[in-house]
Amino acid sequence: MEPSTQKLIHTFGALADLGQEIAGTGEFAEMVRTSLHMLLGTLALRRGSVAECIDQDSLRCVAVWGLGDDMLREWTISESERLELLDAQASDGLVKYSEKGFVTRNFTGLSNSGIELVLPMIVRGEVTGLVLLGGKASGEEFSNADFETIKAMVRHIGVGIHTHRLLEEVAHRAKENRRLYDELRAIYRDTVRAFAAAIDIKDKYTQGHSERVGRYSEIIAREMGWSEEEVEGIQIAGCLHDIGKLVVDRDIINAPYHIDAKRSNDLNRHPVAGYEILSPIKHPYADIPLMAKYHHERLDGRGYPDGLTDEQIPMGAKIVSLADSFDAMTTDRPYRRRRSFEDVVRDLRANSGTQFDGKVVAAFGRAILKEVTGEVKKRPITKILGKGYLEGENVPTLLGDLITELENGITCVTSAGSE
Amino acid sequence: MDKPSGRLVRSHCVGTTAVVYASDYLNKLTGEKIERECRRQLDSGCRGLVIDFSDTQLVNSIGISILLGIIDVAEKSGARVAFSEVNHQTIELFEMLGLTRHVLLAKDEREALLNLSNYEATHIVH
Repeated sequence: MEPSTQKLIHTFGALADLGQEIAGTGEFAEMVRTSLHMLLGTLALRRGSVAECIDQDSLRCVAVWGLGDDMLREWTISESERLELLDAQASDGLVKYSEKGFVTRNFTGLSNSGIELVLPMIVRGEVTGLVLLGGKASGEEFSNADFETIKAMVRHIGVGIHTHRLLEEVAHRAKENRRLYDELRAIYRDTVRAFAAAIDIKDKYTQGHSERVGRYSEIIAREMGWSEEEVEGIQIAGCLHDIGKLVVDRDIINAPYHIDAKRSNDLNRHPVAGYEILSPIKHPYADIPLMAKYHHERLDGRGYPDGLTDEQIPMGAKIVSLADSFDAMTTDRPYRRRRSFEDVVRDLRANSGTQFDGKVVAAFGRAILKEVTGEVKKRPITKILGKGYLEGENVPTLLGDLITELENGITCVTSAGSE
Repeated sequence: MDKPSGRLVRSHCVGTTAVVYASDYLNKLTGEKIERECRRQLDSGCRGLVIDFSDTQLVNSIGISILLGIIDVAEKSGARVAFSEVNHQTIELFEMLGLTRHVLLAKDEREALLNLSNYEATHIVH
């Protein structure tokens, strides 16, 4: 093979390898070290180094080959020297060792080390670093073709370093953004809790209701296979579902017995009032205002405020609706004691398909059953309901039958048909 | 003659000369192993290094750089380097790049050992 052909093949091979190395996702120092080897090996240069700019006025060696361990690893660079390097790049892209003040001042210690070329790496008008190169193993002078090869490879390495820096910056910013986002979410959650407490303080008979509805909603949504972000969202919606009660007169909320039609109308305004309060807020989760607005809608269209039917009601609102009713049935109210679990199951069965969505009831049933049978270690529902409430012998059977009926569509069909 | 060592890079010593066997493709991974082995042999007092290329099909740019590093370290240690059983294509590459100015080329390990031995005999430094 002709030497010139052999050289071309060797150089092209090295350029291809260099491109692959720089485009790779390997560790930065390793990438630079390998790139230096490729550059040195292409023209059989005996020594060299790659330094990167670590800030506006200093350079640090990232890779060294054949220059000994006592070589200075960091240098300073003045503004005029930076301009000198930019000038060099603008002209021929390389600086011969003895020709420039910057090089002789900074690399005095290298004067006997065989460094012959210093090449600035300039990317987008900024000095990214320097490449220092020794002479050829053949002892020959550099040819113009050699210079072009070197400059091309140095440009590649400069881009590799620049890209690495950008990626580092992006990663840093992403991490910082994540931290700020987590902080904002924590503040948001704390604010929601504060609102939930404010809502419940207004109603002396339903202390903790909002928190519990949030918790039940979260449990149901998770059982239905919602994503963790959606589960978080519905937990917030559950906590805020009654926020509209803040604008309802305290006497109406705290009325000990059933209220008259006018007061009932006032009370029934709270879903819309809640929607109006929540809508202007940019929530990190979708549809929270709608879940508050429609948590009193029913599948059969007899709910309020808009009398929506099954498909028109957002699934989140159906979940919050069930959680809300379940908590109402399982807590003491001013005019009655809480209902037995058997009674609650009877109510859920009777109202599935008319008031509640059977799929939602079935999911809640499964979640309760898992706690009752010990299938899950954490038992938040049992904890909320208190000791003994779910310990009846017939509870697993009640739940099992309910779930089977709902999953087979028996109750839904019967209920829908009976309307 | 010592038995080949159990290291990843095969090597053995003949007197004060170490014979190190390069692998089929001299790239970064294998090249660095060979370089470490050569340094180890030089640090333990070897005055000659034979790098045997009988298994080597291809040497890339990284391999060239690493071989130059070995030559450099050997020269600084006052040791001489010989390459043996280099295939025709790789000899052309070494000649083109000027590596052959710094090493002895031998057709096989025996000739490399002999050349280094003769070289040492005529370059004794007291």
